[in-house]
Amino acid sequence: MSNGAAVAHDAHAHHPALAHHFESLDAQKEASVLGMWLFLVTEILFFGGALTAYMIYRTWYPDAFAVASSEIAILPGAINTAVLILSSLTMALAVHAAQTGERGKILVFIAITMVLGAAFLGIKAYEYHEKYVEGHIPGLGLPFRFEEEYYRPAQIFFSIYFVLTGLHALHMIIGLGIMTWMLVLTRKGVITPEYYAPIEISGLYWHFVDIVWIFLFPLLYLIGRHVHHVG
Amino acid sequence: MDNVAAIGQRPAHEEPHEQPGFLRRYIFSLDHKVIGIQYAVTGLLFLLFGFTLMMIMRYQLAYPMTPVPLVGNLLSPANAAGGVLLPEFYNQLGAMHGTVMIFLGVVPLAIGGFGNYLIPLQIGASDMAFPKLNLMSYWVYVAGGLVMVATFFVPGGSAQSGWTSYPPLSVIASAGQTWWLIGMVLLITSSLLGSINFIVTIVQLRAPGLTWMRLPFLVWAQLGASFLLLLAFPPLEAAGVLQLMDRVAGTSFFLPSGLVVSNRLMTTMTGTAADGLASGGGNPLLWQHLFWFLAHPEVYVLILPAMGIVGEIVANNARRPLWGYRHMVYSVGFLSFMSMVVWAHHMYITGMGTTLAAFFQTTTMIISIPSIVILTSLLMTLWGASIRFTVPMLFALAFMPMFGIGGLTGLPLGLAPSDIHLHDTYYVIGHFHYVVAPGTIFALFAGVYYWFPKVTGRRMNDVLGHVHFWGSFICMNVIFMPMFIQGLGGMNRRLYDGGAMYLHNAELLKWNVVIGIAAWTLGLFQVPFIVNFFTSIRWGRPADRNPWEATTLEWAAPSPPGHGNFDTTPAVYRGPYEYSVPGARRDFSPQSEQEPA
Repeated sequence: MSNGAAVAHDAHAHHPALAHHFESLDAQKEASVLGMWLFLVTEILFFGGALTAYMIYRTWYPDAFAVASSEIAILPGAINTAVLILSSLTMALAVHAAQTGERGKILVFIAITMVLGAAFLGIKAYEYHEKYVEGHIPGLGLPFRFEEEYYRPAQIFFSIYFVLTGLHALHMIIGLGIMTWMLVLTRKGVITPEYYAPIEISGLYWHFVDIVWIFLFPLLYLIGRHVHHVG
Repeated sequence: MDNVAAIGQRPAHEEPHEQPGFLRRYIFSLDHKVIGIQYAVTGLLFLLFGFTLMMIMRYQLAYPMTPVPLVGNLLSPANAAGGVLLPEFYNQLGAMHGTVMIFLGVVPLAIGGFGNYLIPLQIGASDMAFPKLNLMSYWVYVAGGLVMVATFFVPGGSAQSGWTSYPPLSVIASAGQTWWLIGMVLLITSSLLGSINFIVTIVQLRAPGLTWMRLPFLVWAQLGASFLLLLAFPPLEAAGVLQLMDRVAGTSFFLPSGLVVSNRLMTTMTGTAADGLASGGGNPLLWQHLFWFLAHPEVYVLILPAMGIVGEIVANNARRPLWGYRHMVYSVGFLSFMSMVVWAHHMYITGMGTTLAAFFQTTTMIISIPSIVILTSLLMTLWGASIRFTVPMLFALAFMPMFGIGGLTGLPLGLAPSDIHLHDTYYVIGHFHYVVAPGTIFALFAGVYYWFPKVTGRRMNDVLGHVHFWGSFICMNVIFMPMFIQGLGGMNRRLYDGGAMYLHNAELLKWNVVIGIAAWTLGLFQVPFIVNFFTSIRWGRPADRNPWEATTLEWAAPSPPGHGNFDTTPAVYRGPYEYSVPGARRDFSPQSEQEPA
């Protein structure tokens, strides 16, 4: 076969987003999606490491964890859970719009996703401030206030609370950065029904961060709630 | 497979790229080959640096409390009073030797260097799946390395709680430990990005006809190592974040109650703020579990690419197919899986109880089986072969008994009763250095000599290569063999005076001098390698595409391969090691050639 013919054929079919080392856009998308899933595997193990700490200390100090957990107001956390689930819906709609090539809809749904993400972080900041006012921040040289019986182990609970929610919030902030980038790509017209892998894998990331919160909410806010009410 | 229809339809060079400038070509290149070379050279430099730290320590062990010649006067008085190492500085050197050798030297060279350069070439791809990610993982690694080296200059010096950074010691250590943790987070990030890239590349970018059972063994080994990094590193990253919080935010994840430092009580679980004590209640063992959950698989991250390199070189120089290739591949898979469930055999001495110890002893005995399968296969490949004793082959041959000694001496450490005696003695040091130094590092040297012609288009000098090999081989054994004697005699590791303070070590101290002299001589024998490496780039004997008459795909590309690697996308027609095929015209049948040549 002649190379010249192949080059001509190639030049015709060549999509601007196709990197030189891939056979086709489909192969390239498959690679990106696989890469994102592998990244999410590392993320699961990362949070898994931190949750191991949670598991051990909750087993060691079950009463203190229950009492300390019930000091956290449920309402902001519950609202945040709803906010994030809703943002997962709008993210999924953005991916759908990308598949069908409706650029306006992509922009709107990503924008809504970002607003919801920002709302989550705002409510989270409010919660952190409440902890500060109530004296529930361990370490950092701040005064920690808690009933005497659980004064020390409650600090362990709040330490793990801040590490887990803090790491989650960091992932949310990175997610907002990624979404901003997706807005730019979409506005520049890079995203088409043939090439929407960036939106799809950003969506995978966003859903993952939501799922982490679905685990954190009951593990941090809801344990031993009934004990408190009975007592 | 519809890829086959596309064979050759798309030349690798489909469009003329504009020539990028110097920075984009050599410093921030997206080309996997340039990034591979950057990784390899940086890794080699860090190996030299980490080895230098050890040569300084070895002087204190051989001749305690005497000024270190040459470098002693260059060290600041805070580290070495009058040229004599201070105990704190000795601890820093020890901790940083381990950190530098493993995380900055061997892994970047074995995975980042050989993996990046060879995987796309061996699978017939023109680049890694994600070139920008690749670039990023290299520079994040460099950043992590610089942070680690810079810790020597922060007040109080570098990390000094061993490369394992066990709390509570590490939590109360000086500021260098904080930077060690930050450096580790960077290095972990780099490794994770790299391993994602490797796995996707191997899964997605294999050339037409390159089925899984036609992959070179090295690619399998790199795939196994990548999965280990992917699964084992993140929990350590989490543990690193927790330890960082303990150090900078005052949490107590790893600080137990009743901790006493310099006769002062630091932590408690009772009372309130009035006592001014920190909260305790943390669990130092949690760190150990999370650390070894990484660090045992890490051992296999170090050894798998080495086995892969040795496999390639042995098949090529024995002129025979790898004996039991399939079983070697299955062994890589099994070994990778098992390596995730043996970690607590590093922790028998923590009093974990017999039930748990029984589990980890059993898994540890089982994991030796796949290692032995691989080693036996390599040996069987040699059986009856007419072997070419090239320099890479010498290193590869030496790898086998050295790794064998390292592996077999590990068995007593995997069994709790004998480990209780041997734990933290020089026996352990001898064991894992046999695996990593004359084991893995010899395999890496073999790889450098073997693929040097591909990378540069020139061969390395054989005479210098022989000097380097025989000198290193003898010195390595004189260094590490006596450590078994010292360890069996009960001499502990990490002792500033080499154990002189304990009476039972009296008979063993003389070996410290022997080991020291061998270590410095080993340093001298690296000079021929360094000279050879740099002079051969320029003046070495020119090599064609396939100087070793090898079969795998990288030898079908030009030496050195240009941007895009192959002249045309290669297709694969046969297994990776078809040497001495009966009836063939030559004694090697390259994977990319259709007819039996």
